[in-house]
Amino acid sequence: MDINPFIIFFAAIFTNNIILSNFLGMCSFISVSKEIETSFGLGQAVTFVMTFTTVLNFLIYHYVLVPFQIEYLRYIVFIIVIAAFVQFVEMVIERYAPALYLSLGIFLPLITVNCAILGVSLFMIIREYTLFQSMAYGLGAGIGWTLAILAMAGIRKKMKKSSVPKGLEGPGITLIITGIMALAFIGFSGIVQIQ
Amino acid sequence: MTILITIITLSIIGGILALILSIAENYIANYGECTININNNKELTIEGGNSLLTTLITEEIFIPSACGGRGSCGYCKIKVDEGGGPLLPTEIPYLSNKEQNENIRLSCQIKVKNDMKIFIPEELFSIKQYKAIVSKISYLTSDIKELYIDFIEPKEIEFKPGQYIQLLAPKYGTNKEEVYRAYSIASTPSNKDHIELMIGLVPNGICSTYVHKHLKENDEITLNGPYGDFYYHQGEDDMICMAIGSGMAPIKSIIDYVFENAINRKIVFFFGARTKDDLFYLEYFREKERQYSNFKFLPTLSRPKDDDEWNGDIGRVTEILYSNLDGSKNKEAYICGNPMMVKDSIEKLKEFGIPEKKIYYDEF
Repeated sequence: MDINPFIIFFAAIFTNNIILSNFLGMCSFISVSKEIETSFGLGQAVTFVMTFTTVLNFLIYHYVLVPFQIEYLRYIVFIIVIAAFVQFVEMVIERYAPALYLSLGIFLPLITVNCAILGVSLFMIIREYTLFQSMAYGLGAGIGWTLAILAMAGIRKKMKKSSVPKGLEGPGITLIITGIMALAFIGFSGIVQIQ
Repeated sequence: MTILITIITLSIIGGILALILSIAENYIANYGECTININNNKELTIEGGNSLLTTLITEEIFIPSACGGRGSCGYCKIKVDEGGGPLLPTEIPYLSNKEQNENIRLSCQIKVKNDMKIFIPEELFSIKQYKAIVSKISYLTSDIKELYIDFIEPKEIEFKPGQYIQLLAPKYGTNKEEVYRAYSIASTPSNKDHIELMIGLVPNGICSTYVHKHLKENDEITLNGPYGDFYYHQGEDDMICMAIGSGMAPIKSIIDYVFENAINRKIVFFFGARTKDDLFYLEYFREKERQYSNFKFLPTLSRPKDDDEWNGDIGRVTEILYSNLDGSKNKEAYICGNPMMVKDSIEKLKEFGIPEKKIYYDEF
C-alpha cells in the first residue's frame, strides 16, 4: 500500500470517517454528544489516544507479535496496550497538567473501551500501513471522530427546541441523524479512496 | 509449542505493562505526605493520592455515603476551603449554585494532592465503626426480630434518641457483596454499652434476610453510626408519636428517653399494625400508660382478623388521629414508617394546624 500519508490523513477525516463510514465508537458518540463543550473535550481525548496507541500498537505488532508469529493475538494485546496507555496518561496529566486533566482527563476512562480506537489499530494492520501512514491514519481518524461528534452536538443543540416524536427521543433520533450524516459524507467519497 | 509461546508472550506483555503502571503509580501518582486541616483545630497528616472520602474513612472520620464513592448519591458533601482544586464536571450535577459558592464539594470525587483545609460538621466526628456481638435475638412478630447488641470495640456509643446506625451485611449464600443498611436504635442513650434494634424482614432484602435467616446469637457484627437528623427535640410542646411496624424503634427510644429523664411532656403514641399478630410491646406501653398519667398509648389495627377479639381502635394511624387529639395548640410530631404513611401523616397533621417545621419524620 503506497499511499501518501497526507492523503490517508484527509481520507480518514472525510471519506473514511470512522463513525460515519464504519460506525465505530458509537457508544460515547451517542451518549456524550449532548453538549458541544463536552463533545469537544471527548473528541480531543479520542484524537490523542488514537494517535499514540496506533503508533504503540504498530511497534508492538511489528516488533513483538510478527517475530514470534503470534499475530492472531493482536486483538487481546491491542486492548491491553490501549487500556494500560490510557491509565498511564491519566495519571501523568492528573499530576502535571491539572488544567488539562479538567478538560480532557475525565474523559479518558470513558474511551478505554471505545471500539473506534481498537478499530483504527486493527485497520492499520489489515491495510498494511507503514509507521508514518499509521500515524497519519490515527490522527486523521481521531480528528474525523471529533468532527462528527461536534457536528452531532451542534445538531442536537438545535434540536432541543424542536419537538421530536416521543418514541424517537434521545438515542433513537441520534441514530437516524447519524445515518443521514453518513449519507451526506458519501458525497466526499469520490475524492479519494483508501481501503 | 504455539500455546506455550502464546502464553509466555502474553504474560510478558501483560507483566511489562503492569510493571510500568505500578512504577508510574508509585512515582507519578505519589503525592507524598499532605496535611488536612479540619475545622481549624485538628490536623491530619496522611499519604496523598486517594479521594478525600477514602482518606477520611482511613482516619476513622465517617462521612455519610450511600453509593460508596461512585459519585451517584451526592451525600458526601463537605466544605473544602483550600486545596480542593477546581470544581469537577462530575460534581456539578449534585451541587446547587449556593453550595458551589460556599465551597461545598463531593468528597468522593476530589483527590488529596496537596495540603487542604476542610470543614466537617461536629456531629460527624461521633460516627465510628463498631465491632459488636449479638447477645440475644428474639421474635417480636413473625417477621420482626429484636436484636440485643453488645459493643466490643469501641466499647461505648453516644447518640441522640431517634438516630440510626448502619449494619453491615457480609457476603453470605447468594449475596456476593457487602452492604450497609440503616436501622434505628430502639434503646435509649443511657445504655452506652449496648443497643437494641428492631429489624423487619423485607422480601429479598439483602441485610434483613441476613439478619432473619443467617445471623445467630453470639455472632460478631460490624456497624457504624450514629446517623440521622431524626431525633428528640427539647421543648415543652405536647408530643404526637406515630409509627407502624418496625418503625416503633426510634419512637420507643424517644419515649423511653423522656420517661428516663423525668421530662414532663404530654405524649400520645399511635401505633399501627395489620392484625393482632403484628402488634408487639403492647404490655410494655400499657404498663407505661398506667404508670404515667401524661402518656397515652393507642394501638390500632387496619385489618383485624375475626378471631383477634380486638376492642381497640380500627383503621390506619392517620384515620384515628382526629378523634384522639385535643385542641391544644402547641404540638410537635415524630413519625416513623414507610414513605406512604409518612406522607399521609404529614398531610393530616398539617390539616390539624401543626406547623411543618415541628413535624419530624423518618422513612424506611
